[in-house]
Amino acid sequence: MTPRNSARRALWGIGALSLATVLAACGGDDSSAPEASDLDPDADLSTQSVTISNWAGYMAEDIGDQFADATGSSLTVAEHATNEEIMAKLTAGGDSGIDVAFVSGQYAQALNEAGLLEPISDELVPNLSNLYPQAEELSHDEGNVFSVPYTWGTTGICYRSDLVDPAPTSWNDILEPDPEYAGKITMLSTERWLALPAQKALGYSVNTTDDDELAEIQEKLIAAKEHLLGYDDTTFYEKLVSGEAVMTEAWDGWCGYGMAENPDIKFTVPEEGSDLWVDTMVVLKDSENKEAAMAFVNMMLEPETHAWVTENVYYNVPNEPAGELVPAELKEQFPQLDVTPDELAEGESLIDLGEDSTKYTELTTEVTAS
Amino acid sequence: MTSTPARPRDRHRLLEKVVFLAPGLLFTAVFVAVPVLLVLSYTVFDRGRFGGVVYEFGLDNFTRALEPTYRKVLVSSIWIAGLATLIALLLGYPVAYAIARLPARWRNVLLVLVVVPFWTNFLIRTYAWIMLLNTQGIVNDALIGFGIVDEPLTLLYTRGAVVTGLVYAYLPLMILPIYASVARLDVELREASANLGATRFATFMRVTLPLSLPGVVTGCIFVFVPSLGNFVVPELLGGGKSVMVGNLIRDQFLKARDWPFGATLALCMVVFLIALFAIQSVVSRRFAVEGDR
Repeated sequence: MTPRNSARRALWGIGALSLATVLAACGGDDSSAPEASDLDPDADLSTQSVTISNWAGYMAEDIGDQFADATGSSLTVAEHATNEEIMAKLTAGGDSGIDVAFVSGQYAQALNEAGLLEPISDELVPNLSNLYPQAEELSHDEGNVFSVPYTWGTTGICYRSDLVDPAPTSWNDILEPDPEYAGKITMLSTERWLALPAQKALGYSVNTTDDDELAEIQEKLIAAKEHLLGYDDTTFYEKLVSGEAVMTEAWDGWCGYGMAENPDIKFTVPEEGSDLWVDTMVVLKDSENKEAAMAFVNMMLEPETHAWVTENVYYNVPNEPAGELVPAELKEQFPQLDVTPDELAEGESLIDLGEDSTKYTELTTEVTAS
Repeated sequence: MTSTPARPRDRHRLLEKVVFLAPGLLFTAVFVAVPVLLVLSYTVFDRGRFGGVVYEFGLDNFTRALEPTYRKVLVSSIWIAGLATLIALLLGYPVAYAIARLPARWRNVLLVLVVVPFWTNFLIRTYAWIMLLNTQGIVNDALIGFGIVDEPLTLLYTRGAVVTGLVYAYLPLMILPIYASVARLDVELREASANLGATRFATFMRVTLPLSLPGVVTGCIFVFVPSLGNFVVPELLGGGKSVMVGNLIRDQFLKARDWPFGATLALCMVVFLIALFAIQSVVSRRFAVEGDR
């Protein structure tokens, strides 16, 4: 065999090996309907260990010690930066090794439809009774069957009250701004929120999948783009602090980070309305530590543990006794923490759009590439 | 002469080759060939609702990739990456040329200096440009301080900022190959040219430049290819207002849960880049032959 021949043969070998891998990967997987497992309320939790995945900084750092003290079970914390990142892990097939995941409501809905979630046990999570009644009627999961709301809030305009006069009251204040503010406005870059201001300004649902409505929304967003400083999900409040931006589309909690640095920064929900976003906790069907996982969810709903989120991350939590623990000064400094559950529930819940979610991807590409 | 005595040695050699090549080949097979073929296979399937791939054959992804929106993104990416490459060439060639003509000990010092920025994380270097270019940034402060402008200029979140960021990021990849080909040049060729009456400009244009072309082409590819696929710079310095192919592909995988379409776009890029490498190899070979003559 000449060297050339052997090289060729090696290549064929690689080809065959690859093809085999591709074919193996092509094997289908089917999911079964969600059904509650038999959970033992008297299970020895110290023999279980729980792995959770959460956004960085979204709970107390000593949460593992708290959990060990409360249950005798150990806790491993993984972090994800985005919903899509954790979705990829959880839907990749096989056991992800994660017992409890923190995801936004519409993602919990999608995970449940994929048959990946364990129904929440009322018996093992008695602290569910701490939730506001409004938090039990969230449209991504009415009755909190497979998810437990952890934080909730809305999207509005975060602005510099010393640099913008009069204060913004409408989404059109950022979509069709006074020339004075052109180039000093940012909008969120994540698909659904990128579309939200135009959806609400035009009087449409945040969950619309109607092609004509989406075309109108797209047109409005493209027209708005020329007045923008940029699309920004993560540093817009810094741009407000530095004065580079004067008005930004913002999640309420994130606006709080700006307020903490500059008291002239204010938050308002435009008169056309907005969304109600919810971040939730879900327990995975594949979990082998379900009792301890439920115990973890239950612990997060303890008033002190839950109030930590509001006091440190400036997000509202749907927990009545926890809300009472939040100091009055904090609510004064961050008025958004003083909204009532009824006010929040006026926002329209974001739900998963299934196959139609690609429409939003395309809309985002059309707008950003224009 | 018979071939008999050679045989055992041949076999021995073959065995040697297999032993030494096997780890490399295996690594290539597992970590290069398999993933590439997987990506290739994804292009003809459908997106799964929750990510992943549904194995229903179809060519929709390719027709979609040809839609005007995506064509526009590709054209504007090529334009931005091309401009960045051109500027890097204009900046990089004189630098490489100057370094190559210095005494040896200075050469090494300067080459290290060219590479030093690479030791810092790419993200941090890019953030540094935000500090430099924003309306409250050092560049604007300086311009206003010297009375050159009255109002801060909009430098950040523009295409210009994207091009600047790309040039800065990849300039060393232009300088190093050009340096290598200029440093290798036979000094006697330049002397011969001068002796035959050529001006310094003519010598440069007709001797040095053509002989350093392989380095130039390599440098251009080294800058153009990563520029085209970059998605961090357009996002940070472009303010997310312009999309490049890299962003588009990243978003298909990480945001849109549309792996098949992401794979299709990636495949289009790979085909385009293979064409570029083919051109580069033709150029290198041609000039290498002429250089030998």
